[in-house]
Amino acid sequence: MKQINLVKPFQNRNVSRAIVKKIHDIAKKLLKKGFSEIKIMHVCGTHEHTITYYGLRSLLPNNVNVIAGPGCPVCIVPAREIDEAIKLSKEGIMILTYGDMYRVPGSYESLAQARAKGGKVNIVYGFLDAIKIAKKKREDIVFFGVGFETTAPITAALIFNKKIPDNLSILMSYRITVPAVRYILNNPHNLNGIICPGHVSAIIGAGAWEFISKEYGLPAVVAGFEPIDVLLAILSILKQIYNGNAELVNEYKRVVKWDGNKIAKKYLDKTFRIVDRDWRGIGIIPNSGWLLRDEFEHLDAREKYQVKVDKWIDIKGGCLCADVVLGKAVPTDCPYFGKSCTPQHPIGACMVSSEGTCSIWYKYGGAMIQKIKKSVNTEGI
Amino acid sequence: MCLGIPAKVVERHENIAIVDYGGVTKEVDCSLVPDIKPGEYVIVHAGAIIEKISEKDYEETVEILRELIQVTSNIQSDE
Ligand code: SF4
Repeated sequence: MKQINLVKPFQNRNVSRAIVKKIHDIAKKLLKKGFSEIKIMHVCGTHEHTITYYGLRSLLPNNVNVIAGPGCPVCIVPAREIDEAIKLSKEGIMILTYGDMYRVPGSYESLAQARAKGGKVNIVYGFLDAIKIAKKKREDIVFFGVGFETTAPITAALIFNKKIPDNLSILMSYRITVPAVRYILNNPHNLNGIICPGHVSAIIGAGAWEFISKEYGLPAVVAGFEPIDVLLAILSILKQIYNGNAELVNEYKRVVKWDGNKIAKKYLDKTFRIVDRDWRGIGIIPNSGWLLRDEFEHLDAREKYQVKVDKWIDIKGGCLCADVVLGKAVPTDCPYFGKSCTPQHPIGACMVSSEGTCSIWYKYGGAMIQKIKKSVNTEGI
Repeated sequence: MCLGIPAKVVERHENIAIVDYGGVTKEVDCSLVPDIKPGEYVIVHAGAIIEKISEKDYEETVEILRELIQVTSNIQSDE
């Protein structure tokens, strides 16, 4: 394969301008047809990052609104599961966690705060590092298994291939995005289209999202993570709305196959079983999580250490994180945003993770763009 | 954490590959994409390769974008 630039062509200014112009043309036509507010939801923290970092909302017509849905895997882990990790760390079992999870508040404190008080907590880049550390150390180690369909398969693969040393077990907190999107669409909503997460789709396949168009009659586009990928997805959704279509389009063909990664799916299926799980502040979403299959249950940290937390607090003092995750609110709807709630002193999980919508808006000025957008007219680019 | 990063495979040893993120190299797991070879491009996610980047589809997309640039130059000269 020759040398190719994987990023630059998808950030080109002239191309972006051309797409934005097309978006405005079609939005104007849609406005004439009575579409005064078109709401498109994406379900990936990295999409929110691209949209806010590149200021894409400020380029969109006033009748086109892109909102963040359940795309942050750290934000939706119930406080109970963080409390479980903290409890173990204080009992002298080393917890290995992703950096993003480290500062997310549990019911009373975060893993970072627990460590400051003597809890055993360390940050790792991935499950592979956890295995390496466990092999070097003699002590008991628990990997905090958090993430969506992108992160779960490698854990499944390494468990299935028997690469786990005896002193390592997993606190299973994996969640599945497809049922969460279904949950949103099963409840009253005013969405006109969905941008599907590119890398989740690399695993599960573009086809896994076809239900959005087939069952719910909404346009859906699997998109990559450069600004042009997102703009093309928005344009495709607007075109479909204008033509009265609802299809699933795969904009991210360079990475996502229709069937996804069959090997990864096989590992998920053979190692994990799908169960109903609760999402932080939201409640139970059917079939939205993974636990280990019986033959691997000895690797489940909850079983191994009989860790149990009966009472927990998901949402504190008026934090709107659950609504932000479901796309019912934006961070600026929350009175604490940027005031008493900042990444240094977060109240909710959405202000901590690099994929949390509140944290992204705080860092890259999402709030400012919201204000600017309200004051410009639909015509201007 | 959910961030998938494009990279080029430079070395391959059983279940481990060395990838290059454009200057920075790192050891990653390739159990999920066992048929990768040095020189190929991949997406890496939390220490594991999750998929290959298809050169054919990449080229096709870039070609569409090139056509769009042509359109834009026309738009700009019209303005
Ligand atoms: S700004 Fe803070 S308190 Fe408000 S919704 Fe976001 S995380 Fe919760």
